[in-house]
Amino acid sequence: MGHAPIMSTRAITRTRWFPAVLGFGTIFAAMLAVEIFIRLGLINRFIVPLPSDILAALPRVVAEEHVLSRFLLTAAEAFSASILVTIFGVAGGVLLYQFRLLREATETWVAAVAAAPLVLIYPLYLVIFGRNATTIVVMGFTAGLAPVMLKTLEGLAGTRRVLINVGRSFNLTPWQQFWKILFPAALPTIFVGMRLGLIFALINIVGVEFLINFGGLGQLINELAERYDLAGTYAAILFVILISINVFVLTEWLERWLRPVE
Amino acid sequence: MTLPKAAPHGLRPVTVVRIAIIVVVLACWEALSASGLLYRDVVPSLLAIGKALFNLLTEPDMPVDLSWLGLQDGTKIPAIYWHLYVTFYEIAIGMLIGGLSGLVAGIALGSSRVLREAYEPLLYYLGPCPKIIFFPVMIMWFGVGPGSKVAMGAISCFFPVALNVAGGMREIDRVLIRVGRSFRANTWQMVTKIYLPAMRHPIINGIRIGLGVCLIGTLLAETKLSNSGVGFLVIQAYSLFNMPLMYALLIVLFVIAIGANALIGKFGGLDDIKRK
Repeated sequence: MGHAPIMSTRAITRTRWFPAVLGFGTIFAAMLAVEIFIRLGLINRFIVPLPSDILAALPRVVAEEHVLSRFLLTAAEAFSASILVTIFGVAGGVLLYQFRLLREATETWVAAVAAAPLVLIYPLYLVIFGRNATTIVVMGFTAGLAPVMLKTLEGLAGTRRVLINVGRSFNLTPWQQFWKILFPAALPTIFVGMRLGLIFALINIVGVEFLINFGGLGQLINELAERYDLAGTYAAILFVILISINVFVLTEWLERWLRPVE
Repeated sequence: MTLPKAAPHGLRPVTVVRIAIIVVVLACWEALSASGLLYRDVVPSLLAIGKALFNLLTEPDMPVDLSWLGLQDGTKIPAIYWHLYVTFYEIAIGMLIGGLSGLVAGIALGSSRVLREAYEPLLYYLGPCPKIIFFPVMIMWFGVGPGSKVAMGAISCFFPVALNVAGGMREIDRVLIRVGRSFRANTWQMVTKIYLPAMRHPIINGIRIGLGVCLIGTLLAETKLSNSGVGFLVIQAYSLFNMPLMYALLIVLFVIAIGANALIGKFGGLDDIKRK
């Protein structure tokens, strides 16, 4: 008798849906608690808006603040930066792979750049390019370049010896060796790098939009905050988070789909 | 792996290439500066940047009260050190709050399957979101002073530490955990005697990534709204269009950031694992 309830609790926690329900349930419970605390006056509603007001503000923000065009602008900036990152990052990685001495001389530098807080040079780009989309795209490009270079290099350097030997035994030219053997073998790692590059670019693009108050979704948050539209600001932040999560899920899915079967 | 042998003049070819790259880049910079292709001062001469860096680090331009050190009133120090202190203080507190809460969250997530499946996806997807967008909210909660910058640092640092620790927990050798259990270790003993020592590398790696993003979060917040800190100095140099000073500040920042990253990697033993 005494064991029955414990067993059933265990059985519930082992079901597939329980963790998801617990996760979303916690968010819901936290929002409900904040709603109650604000209504009771325990939390100042001029600092934290009612969660119900935030949800109510979502459609207003979407309809009145040109969210679609803002989203498209941010997406276009991220897309342009990603294209640049892919072209220059993959080319840079290939260059470092082909010239061993160059690689030995600069790989630690590239790794240091990848770990450096590059976004802090945005005031410099503001001076060089002005307060416009170019600054934002170049910032995204700068942030995403080093990871793509490093991942491309990692992919090429990690090509299995046996594959390279197969190419040699077929007497492939260096050009053929690269396109038929090295590049396809490195592709999965390059995709990982491209995804990283896109995420780095996107984070920096939205961040710089917010900081310089120009462009798409980042600017939306800044504008609403400056207008002291609290519910709107929270709604916009929620919206940006939802979009970011969607991009991560989508790129993750794309990466898995593009990855050749091992 | 055979490294190229040293050239007759004693320098390794790698060193020669490095020196050559640095010389070429500096020469191109100087040529661009002299050519006037970009707006004047956007690419200042190396001499001007060097001078600005020297002045930044040595010119005493800020009066401070150092009477407690036995120095007379009116003593001045270079302002950068005061601003570095403010930024360092904000980052240190942010790291402490974000790192500790990340550690606790990571241990909780790593030790329970249900908690992991319920909350880790939330952290995993929230982790890469641009944190700076929370800054308006942090200003409302913690004010325009250092509080909001500390909060930005703490939020930024929390996610990588929590995710690394949670991942590290799963990698712990099951035998070690069973040993702890067979000794009837309580939760505190399990954490301090088994989990933490076994997860040294993931924790240090989390702290390293956490420090990087904490630095970014704090400094970006300073550039947006503050009256002290290195981020404030950078944006002030931008407002005054003092480009040599801006370059000098960025050099100082990158040297500190890259240096801190390398130090954690070196003393945390991360370089050793990579070599294995």
